[in-house]
Amino acid sequence: MPDAPGLELIAQDLNDVAGGSVLGTYHEHGQGCLIVDPEHVLDILRWLRDEPGQEYRFLSSLHGVDYLPAEPRFGVVYELLNMPRVERLRVRAALRDPGGDELPELDSCVSLFPTAEFHEREVYDFFGVVFRGHPDLRRILMPEDYVGWPQRRDFPMGGEPVIFTRDEPVMPRWYE
Amino acid sequence: MSTHRSAPAHGGDILGETGEEVIGTSAVERTAAGEALGPEEELLTINFGPHHPATHGVLRLLVSLEGEVVRDLKPVVGYVHTGIEKNCEDKSYWKVIPFVERMDYLSYFFNMEAFVGCVERLLELEIPPRASYLRVLHMELNRIHSHLVWLGTSALDLGAMSMFFYCFRDRDKVLDLFEMSTGQRMHTRYFQVGGVFEDIPVGFAHNVRAFCAEMPSRLDQYEAILNRNEIFLERTRNVGVVSRERLLELGVTGPLLRAAGEPWDLRKVMPSHCYQDLDFKIPVGTVGDGYDRYRVRVQEMRESVRIIEQALDALPEGPWIADDRKVVLPPRDELSTSMEALIHHFKLVTEGFRVPPGEAYYAVESPRGELGCFVVADGSAKPARVHIRDPSFVNLQALRDQCVGGYVADMIQNLAMLDPILGGIDR
Repeated sequence: MPDAPGLELIAQDLNDVAGGSVLGTYHEHGQGCLIVDPEHVLDILRWLRDEPGQEYRFLSSLHGVDYLPAEPRFGVVYELLNMPRVERLRVRAALRDPGGDELPELDSCVSLFPTAEFHEREVYDFFGVVFRGHPDLRRILMPEDYVGWPQRRDFPMGGEPVIFTRDEPVMPRWYE
Repeated sequence: MSTHRSAPAHGGDILGETGEEVIGTSAVERTAAGEALGPEEELLTINFGPHHPATHGVLRLLVSLEGEVVRDLKPVVGYVHTGIEKNCEDKSYWKVIPFVERMDYLSYFFNMEAFVGCVERLLELEIPPRASYLRVLHMELNRIHSHLVWLGTSALDLGAMSMFFYCFRDRDKVLDLFEMSTGQRMHTRYFQVGGVFEDIPVGFAHNVRAFCAEMPSRLDQYEAILNRNEIFLERTRNVGVVSRERLLELGVTGPLLRAAGEPWDLRKVMPSHCYQDLDFKIPVGTVGDGYDRYRVRVQEMRESVRIIEQALDALPEGPWIADDRKVVLPPRDELSTSMEALIHHFKLVTEGFRVPPGEAYYAVESPRGELGCFVVADGSAKPARVHIRDPSFVNLQALRDQCVGGYVADMIQNLAMLDPILGGIDR
C-alpha cells in the first residue's frame, strides 16, 4: 500500500497530468484511496497502469457503491494491484445522480483491463451505471427483462410476487 | 501408442493440426463477409446447459460450432442469483456471516474469513493467536475438501468414475472433522468477528492428525490412477492453454494462474494470520494446460496437509476470541453474576455492534483464487455495502480463450479444470 504521503504524491502527479482530476484522497486501515472525477477515470487508470514507478497492472476487483443520501451519490471502485511491489490502491470515481430516468455514465475500462468486462456488467446490472464503450453492456445476474436497479439503497427489499401456476385457477391474474 | 498433441499456438486452430486439408477461408470469415453458406458448412449455435451434469452447477454456455470445433463461446450466468449482497445490507454484522458463507458453497470458511477479516480491519480489532491458528487450520481443511470435490467431479467428467467415490469418501472425513469442531458439516458459522465461536473439543487434534497421516497416501493412490492414465493424459495435456500474460489481463488468480507459471499466492505475498510462521510451498505449472491445473491442485492438497500439521504442532494456548465486550458476546457463565455482562449481551443480541464509518477491502486465497470482500460501514450496526469479489466469477472470463479453436469435447475438460462454483458466480 502506498502510505499517506505517497498517496498525496500520486494525487499531485495526477493533478499535473489531468488538471483537477483528483477530487480527494483518504487513507484508512492501511489502505489508500483516490477519489476522482469520472470524466477523467480512463486517463487516471491508464496513467496508474503505464507510468513507470506506478505500474498498477492488475485490476483485482471493480464494484459499485450507493452512498445515498450523500452527494455525489454513486461510487465505482477500482481495486488496483501492483504485483511485484504487492501494493494495492483503490480508485473511486464519484458519480452524480443525474435524476429522473437518466443514468449516470462513465467510460469503460475494458480496453485497459479486459477483466473489467464482467465486473462492469454487474455494476450496470445492480446500480444502473452506464459504461461508455463497453463491448457488451447487458444485465448479467438479473433476468434480461428486469426493471429497476436492485442494489440502489432506495430500491425496496422483498415484496416481489412469486408466480405459481397453482394459484391461477383460484385467483386468476392474482399477481397483478 | 498414440502420440500426444503438441501445444497449439495461442488462439491457434485445432483443424490446422489434424493434417486435414482446409479448403479456402474458414466458415467464420465467409459468414462475416456476408456469404450464404450451405447447410453443411454453416456455424451451428448450440445451447449448453443450464442443466447439464458437466457444467458443475447451473451454467449456460452459448457455443458456436463449426463441425466439432468451437468458434465462439459466451457464458450466461445468473440462474442461481439470490441477492445475497442486497440482503446483507439489511442484517447486522454478525447476522451477515451465514449469508456470505452460502455464496461459494464449497469454500465457506474462506467466505467467512473474507467478510469477518474485513470487518475486523474496519474495527481495528486484533484476534488472539489461538484464534488465528484455528482459522488457518479450518481454512486448510476446507481447501482439501474443496479440491477433493473438484477432483472427483472433474475426473468423473473425463470418464474416471471411481475417482468420484474415492474423493467423496475422503471429503466426508473432512466434513466429519468440521462436525466435530463446529457442530455443522457445511456452512458452519464458526468464525466470529474477533476470533472463532468456540474452542476445539478434546480429541479433535487427534482426529485431525489421523486424517493428515492418511491423506498423503490417499493422494498417492489418486495420482497412481490418473497421472499415467492414457485417456486422462490425452484429454488434458496441451489442452486449454492460455498464456500467463493473457490470464493476468483477464484477472485470473488461483491454481489457474499458478498452473501457467506465475507463483502468485496471497498466503505468501500478503500473509494474514499465522501463514508467515508456517513452512509451505507454492506449486506452479509450466505449460498451463489442464494437466498442469490438475497437478497444481493435487500438490496444493499435500501442502495443505503440511500446513495443518504445523498449525496443530504450534497451536498456542489461550483465548480463542478477542476480549472486547463491545463486539464479542460475554461468556455464558458471566451472565448470571454480572449485570454489565448482561447489558452487553442484550445490546449485542438485539442491535449488534456498531462499526465506525469507513471502507475496507480484504482478500484471502481461496481454493479458486483471490476471494475479496469489500465492506462500506456507515456507523450503524448494519453494513452499507458488502461486495464479494468471487474468483469463479472472474475466472469464468478465461473460458472463451481456453475453448475457442478447440474441439467441443475439450470444452468439458476446460470447464472442469476451471473449477467454477456457480453459487459464488451468481451470489
